[in-house]
Amino acid sequence: MPKPEGTVSKPGSSKAYKTGAWRTKRPIFKQIKCNDCRICVAVCPDGVVFGANNKYWADLDYCKGCGICAEECPVKDIDMIVEVK
Amino acid sequence: MAKEELTIGKKVKEEITESQLAPGHKACSGCGLALAARTVMNTAGKDVIVTAATGCLEVFSTSYPQSAWKMPWIHSLFENSAAIAAGVEVALIALGREKEAKIIAQGGDGATADIGIGCLSGMFERGHNILYVCYDNEAYMNTGVQRSGLTPFEAWTSTSPSGRVSWGNQTDKKNMPAIAAAHGIPYVATASIAYLKDLEKKVEKALNIVGPKYLQVHCPCPLGWAHEPHDTIKVAKLAVQTGLIPIYEMENGVITSVRKITLKKPVEEYLKLQGRFKHLFRKEGFEEELKRIQAMADENIKKFNLM
Amino acid sequence: MRKVIEGSMAVAEAVKVCRPHVISAYPITPQTHIVENLSQFVADGELKSQFINVESEFGAASVVLGASATGARAYSTTTAQGLLLMVEVLFNIAGLRLPVVITCANRAVSAPINIWNDQQDAMTVRDSGLILLFAEDNQEAADMHLQAFKIGEHPEIMLPVMVNMDGFILTHAFEPIELIDQKMADEFLPPYKPELYLTTKNPLTFGILAEPDWYLESRYRLQKAIEASADMIEEVANKFNKTFGRYSGGLVENYRLDGAETAVVSMGSVVGTIKEVVDELRDKGKKVGVLKIRSYRPFPKKAVYDALKNVKNVIVIEKAISLGASGMLYDDIKAALYGKPTQPKVSGFIAGLGGRDIPKESIVKVIEKGETSIVENGFVDLKESAIGGGGK
Repeated sequence: MPKPEGTVSKPGSSKAYKTGAWRTKRPIFKQIKCNDCRICVAVCPDGVVFGANNKYWADLDYCKGCGICAEECPVKDIDMIVEVK
Repeated sequence: MAKEELTIGKKVKEEITESQLAPGHKACSGCGLALAARTVMNTAGKDVIVTAATGCLEVFSTSYPQSAWKMPWIHSLFENSAAIAAGVEVALIALGREKEAKIIAQGGDGATADIGIGCLSGMFERGHNILYVCYDNEAYMNTGVQRSGLTPFEAWTSTSPSGRVSWGNQTDKKNMPAIAAAHGIPYVATASIAYLKDLEKKVEKALNIVGPKYLQVHCPCPLGWAHEPHDTIKVAKLAVQTGLIPIYEMENGVITSVRKITLKKPVEEYLKLQGRFKHLFRKEGFEEELKRIQAMADENIKKFNLM
Repeated sequence: MRKVIEGSMAVAEAVKVCRPHVISAYPITPQTHIVENLSQFVADGELKSQFINVESEFGAASVVLGASATGARAYSTTTAQGLLLMVEVLFNIAGLRLPVVITCANRAVSAPINIWNDQQDAMTVRDSGLILLFAEDNQEAADMHLQAFKIGEHPEIMLPVMVNMDGFILTHAFEPIELIDQKMADEFLPPYKPELYLTTKNPLTFGILAEPDWYLESRYRLQKAIEASADMIEEVANKFNKTFGRYSGGLVENYRLDGAETAVVSMGSVVGTIKEVVDELRDKGKKVGVLKIRSYRPFPKKAVYDALKNVKNVIVIEKAISLGASGMLYDDIKAALYGKPTQPKVSGFIAGLGGRDIPKESIVKVIEKGETSIVENGFVDLKESAIGGGGK
């Protein structure tokens, strides 16, 4: 263990914490009117919307359910549903 | 998330990669600041060394032993992000490593305009080759929404609350871009998460200029501003469309670009979405206060030639 | 090479041969000559350093923090008000385990404002995690800087070091100084090569948030590191002695303590005066000696006990006071003797605050008082006419 221990963190290690457990709503990407504008990818504060070729999804391990992607989708192709476990 | 190369219609090949600010950080759902920081870091790329001040950004991203940052990153104190960055810059020069990385210093509005203004001024004055990004969410959010020098006129904060004899914060935003420009630095710009492509362009442009650069990004805070998390970008857009938050660039002290308002919105439309302004729609005499705020917005439109 | 130079210049010359990559400091009397000399060296190309004039001491400490975290050897210097202004950063530097070296030209703290010497400033940061070394004379002050970098930069230590020298009394005094040769300095102090630092080649996150599950252990590690530095301080002093032919460091100095019945304990330049008094008293047949504390943090409990265990009267003279309690050195000396098989009588005196001269006669009087009674917080040469009535 390089000295001194316990003073630095490894890069990107935040992925160990699955913030998906926080959400009460979840985005559904309907893929009906999607035109690859990629606004949903750009506006996600956590950067967990991925995809291409009219097929997009949110990484549910981390998606906090904020709903910005749904709100900003210009063709309203994303719905937010209450998540029931 | 696996890396994949894809063709997207007519668009250029893009790789699916993770952000330089990795997920799993503890920012609030819908955090405007997280979006801004992620956008800035992705534009800046891997060859950067980044400093940050104490605040939401640092606290939500570096809870030991986890860190969301994928580049070399350091946090010291609340008020010295700019001075730490200056130390990093001169160390790289002294060690013959200037080509290794560009340097970005970050701070919230508190760290930038209030407690950190001395260190920031020194960094500007000495001409360090550093991009300073101020994430302006208009209060000391991390410690519980207390008033800062960038809190707007008559916003509720926990230390400038509205009450029986008060309309909230009684000063308007300290003009940090003007203060930055007064130091004679080559590039000053304001931006908003409402216009992410514009933000990306400004980050890229700034990183290609040698010398101190100042970029102030307006970031709504669902918690502190008391708006719905899904409205973060809508609120940011309205702030700009009312004229309250002018978006412009200054190069060598002269305004060289301004984002024109294509569809002007009355300030009410912006204010009524946020709980921090709800007293402006209830207290007796509120119409006068709204008029004053509208006048401030109109003043900005005139001053910056936004229409 | 031996030259008659000002104390500040001796320090500047010593810092020069340490080859710091980054120097950042804010001028404040009586440290000013140190920074001015260093800036002249840089301006003349004699020292290849990034010399950064900053907006405040807070900025200076922050710049050296950032530089050290990037892998550069960094140096700053300050005093009194400047030290107090950078206190937040000093605790931060220690917590981040960065081996920055800072010279403190000890001076009284405001209010009221006073630019002359006492040690209240350094004593204020005794809890910070900084290693605190005190110099008796300018040769020691100069030599301690080379040792400071070596001690701090050791991978097992990685702590900031403050070299303390009495403001004006040492900084502005002209003495013959043995200058340190650059080649020998390079051999004694190799380049700084930390394992962890800011670089795109190995991205890491420094300055993390440690929640209650993690913070306690990090402070424990800090305590262990500063305890371990006691051995390192001795080791480095011995190495310095081997290289340069003089023992100019270590934890304590025992002066004529063999067979002593009374021991005077102190730090800094006043030790020189005390040694002269002790010589005169010894000539008269009195069994008295001096324990000089060189390292105040880590506090050398064992060395103190070993030096004082057979002494009847311990008399602590110090240039600071923990208001509301007593002299800090006095308390630390008592603590080092507590619960031990032999218990010397310990008295504590506060002297020289705000640059008040401490003449030999006063030291003689203090020794008499300490031998015949137990004194706590005895203010030396207190002017009764100047203290008014009833606590005003």
